[in-house]
Amino acid sequence: MKLPAFDYACPETLDEATALLAEAGGDAKVIAGGQSLLPFMAFRLAAPSLLVDLRKIAGLDGIEVADGEIRLGAMVRWRDILDSAALARALPLLPAAIGHVAHYQIRNRGTLGGSLAHADPASEFPCIAVLCGASVDVVGAGGHRTIPADELIAGPMETTLEDDEIIVAVRFPRWPEGRRWAFDEFALRHGDLAIAAVAAAYDMDGPHIAHARVAVMGATDTPQRVPPAEDALNGRAPDDDTFGAAAAAASAAIEPTEDLHAGAAYRRALVGTLLRRALAESCAREREAAE
Amino acid sequence: MNTPNTYIGGHVERVEDARFLRGAGRYIDDVTREGMLHACVVRSAVAHGRLVSIDAEEALAMPGVHAVLTAADVTGEIPTIPFRRPNPKIGPYAQPVIARERVRYFGEPVALVLADSPELAEDAAELVLPEIEPLPAVVTRDAALAAEPLLFPGTTEDNLAAVFTAGKGDAEAAFAGAALVVGDSFSTQRQTALPLETRGLLAEWDADAQHLTVHGAAKLPFFNRRAMAKMMDLPETSVDYVEHDVGGGFGARGEFYPEDFLVALAARITGRPVKWVEDRREHFAAIAHSREAEAQVELALDASGRILGLRGEMFMNVGAYVRPNGMTPVRNCAQFMSGPYRVPNIALQATAYVANKTPAGTFRGPGRYEGSFFIERLLDMAAARLGLDRRTIRQVNLLTNAEMPYPLAQIRPSDGSRAETSCDSGEYSEAFHRCLQAFDWEEKEKLDGRLIDGRYHGIAVSCFIEGGASGPAETARIQVAGDGGVEVYVGSSAIGQGLETVMAQIAADTLGLPMECIRIYHGSTTYLAEGWGSYGSRATVMGGNAVREAALALLARFRALAARRLGVGEAEVSVVGGQAVGPDGAVLDLADLAAEGLAGEAKFLNSDATYTNGTAAVHVAVDPETGRVEVLDYVVCDEVGRIVNALTLHGQVTGAAVQGFGSVFGEELPYDDDGALLVGTLADYLVPLATDYPRVRCLSLESYPSPTNPLGAKGAGEGGIIPVGGAVANAVASALRAFGVAPNHLPLSPARVWALLNPPD
Repeated sequence: MKLPAFDYACPETLDEATALLAEAGGDAKVIAGGQSLLPFMAFRLAAPSLLVDLRKIAGLDGIEVADGEIRLGAMVRWRDILDSAALARALPLLPAAIGHVAHYQIRNRGTLGGSLAHADPASEFPCIAVLCGASVDVVGAGGHRTIPADELIAGPMETTLEDDEIIVAVRFPRWPEGRRWAFDEFALRHGDLAIAAVAAAYDMDGPHIAHARVAVMGATDTPQRVPPAEDALNGRAPDDDTFGAAAAAASAAIEPTEDLHAGAAYRRALVGTLLRRALAESCAREREAAE
Repeated sequence: MNTPNTYIGGHVERVEDARFLRGAGRYIDDVTREGMLHACVVRSAVAHGRLVSIDAEEALAMPGVHAVLTAADVTGEIPTIPFRRPNPKIGPYAQPVIARERVRYFGEPVALVLADSPELAEDAAELVLPEIEPLPAVVTRDAALAAEPLLFPGTTEDNLAAVFTAGKGDAEAAFAGAALVVGDSFSTQRQTALPLETRGLLAEWDADAQHLTVHGAAKLPFFNRRAMAKMMDLPETSVDYVEHDVGGGFGARGEFYPEDFLVALAARITGRPVKWVEDRREHFAAIAHSREAEAQVELALDASGRILGLRGEMFMNVGAYVRPNGMTPVRNCAQFMSGPYRVPNIALQATAYVANKTPAGTFRGPGRYEGSFFIERLLDMAAARLGLDRRTIRQVNLLTNAEMPYPLAQIRPSDGSRAETSCDSGEYSEAFHRCLQAFDWEEKEKLDGRLIDGRYHGIAVSCFIEGGASGPAETARIQVAGDGGVEVYVGSSAIGQGLETVMAQIAADTLGLPMECIRIYHGSTTYLAEGWGSYGSRATVMGGNAVREAALALLARFRALAARRLGVGEAEVSVVGGQAVGPDGAVLDLADLAAEGLAGEAKFLNSDATYTNGTAAVHVAVDPETGRVEVLDYVVCDEVGRIVNALTLHGQVTGAAVQGFGSVFGEELPYDDDGALLVGTLADYLVPLATDYPRVRCLSLESYPSPTNPLGAKGAGEGGIIPVGGAVANAVASALRAFGVAPNHLPLSPARVWALLNPPD
């Protein structure tokens, strides 16, 4: 569990960084907080010849809540998200989800760019990015491009990033006034990898739910939207029957993963339970706010 | 005038903690030597196979790699690791210190790489290629119970390392005359003790002096020294085991492991200091496992709930070899399953079978935790069948002080360790009542089985005994230094339990000195000619009484020397508060006589176990949809004979209870069908975090001193874990009574509790 040998570079510009990555031809890894990469290296599941550290590159941090969108730099750490009053107002779902990430020390290190690039199916940030239709700005040796979050994630621990590409920012569309949200996660101990988690957001069109989005993580091999659950919500009243129907639809729709701690049947049931409870909580939160 | 010291019994803060909390602890990985090499163990990735060859060429070619040792570097027979409690049957199952022709478990050492840094050693270890022809892996009980010997063909007749019986009275007759017989199958899962600090060793070979020093001792340095000396063909006095700070033991750490020999051999061959620090992944495969037990047991009762008899059989998967204490959980489970209850007739059989898994050893409350789970489940099942209160069925069976000494079941074959043993003292219903009172059973019972805010509440009570004070002896020596400080040397080891504090309390009280004067030295063979160590909840009783006796010897010597100096008779000298006072008021301090050899030695002998008794009560809430069980309250009351330090005692009891929750809810070492261990990280092996179980309360009683030792103390380091399985499982059963579930198989992880409620079609 000692790190294998590697070279280390700490460039000051993105151009230098992408050039180093291009030169290494897939043998290099970008390091930001090291939350996942360092354990992977310690277990020798990854043995990159070169680590390109992003910490000296300007412009990769910062949380900007503008009129049209919210821009989060790739080096924004979990602690920054949890501490941001602006985010708590503009995108409360995000800090609610990030509160489930690991433990204090790790939240001080881990970055959202690293989380997206690592694409662990049990990670909260990619799930929220997919749910919210976030756009991921990347830079490579050949220039810039923007990838929708759901197209970035290609599979478990797999992305569509090229070897020389670095995530620089993630942009979330601003939410309309009054959008409701839901998040719940089940882990064996707080901070452990999610056995299952659900996220949802919806608007109210009069007495009915509209623009519903539901996503699942931890229970499936990628974070993913669950259209049948969204269909079960849209156009219905936000009540126990509707939430129960959405939960049942989500349970039925997913293809659950299995591991040491949870089988597929358990995960399938858990997704339904979490979604029903989280949606109920989304209404309770509204009621509390109204009081 | 001085007043007698009263450190014993007080809430004395641990003297060790200032050092630990400031980061000034010195653990084995903090110990370095000039020119030392770092070792990395190459382990078998195959659970069972023939070791054909080992290709180390590429590894040896790496710059900075000095050697790759294999079985070929061991001259003569490969030494095997000795048993702590030998019995004739287990001989062929001893573990060779390195595999030569056959590997028998995933993680078995096959080679040792020596390099300039731990990183290089690990790089090189990846290049060492053992060629292993796989054999079918024996993983399950069914496979192991097959007629032919699968792991040790040629030297054994089958795969059963031992079959123990625990007997008492006439069980057959008792069952024939019973009003009720309840029985079922139960199991506990394979676990390990998981000390937070992994193991580590640093060996130094002094070729001129022909002397070996092994740093990294824990638990029982003197036994290991003896084992090492024999393997190395050296006199015992040419080997020393040196203890540094130790980050937890819990039964697993400090036994003689293959690495003890391999690291020492490496130092001897290379002539350089060699250090090995286990990493967490290899720890899971290398350190002793424990607790993998299945039972089919029955209880016979009369209509009023009195236990008439206990019978049945247990099967323990002890892994590929019998390690030094591998039989302890097996024999303990049979002998102590009757726990604190009056069980006149017992016929239990415990079979230890070998399989291609990591060899087993002890883990806090070995065999007792398993046995307690089995009998406590049976008692709740019996209470339900007889329509009795779950308290009543325990109350009528708890032992009384009038019955002491109360003999437990006899173990056969005798392994030299308490084949016959008796509970020593105690009115067991007192801890029971105090526990339930503190728990507020009557109030909480109103919630039992009820669904409140989506969760079912349940309560349960579970009683236990804890054997302590493993014999036969412990040693101590006390001397007064030139500065008047008192140096206490004791054979006990410190494994995180607060030994320095407790020994200083006992020495200070006996000598009538402030604790600040006392300096404790422990756990290294350099301090005393012989000693034992810390295991089986023995240090306070055995080491504590040895320190007390050594202090009394020192006081006698002080009196004699003072009398001589003052020119008076010994009877005319009074010794109080570290001073000798003559008839005319002349005063001598200890320091005044230090130069004349002011010392005392003692060897405290005792082979009778102490039996702490206690009761635990638990209140849980079960989420039927997620299967999550929350511990809302947990109260444990134990009667320990004499409380030496209430703070360290409660630390032990609380820690043990929380460790028990880890056992019940999550910790598990699963294997696949090929015998590969599936857990290698703390992300998968779910020990409780410090914040997970905030609601543990403990109280301790000291009304019934143990008659086995002058202090009256009883071992109390393990009791906290023993009742946890039974208590929690019974509380879950009570919470989910509407569904009629039987939580008879641990762990009760969320997925498994959910599966109890949602059985597969």
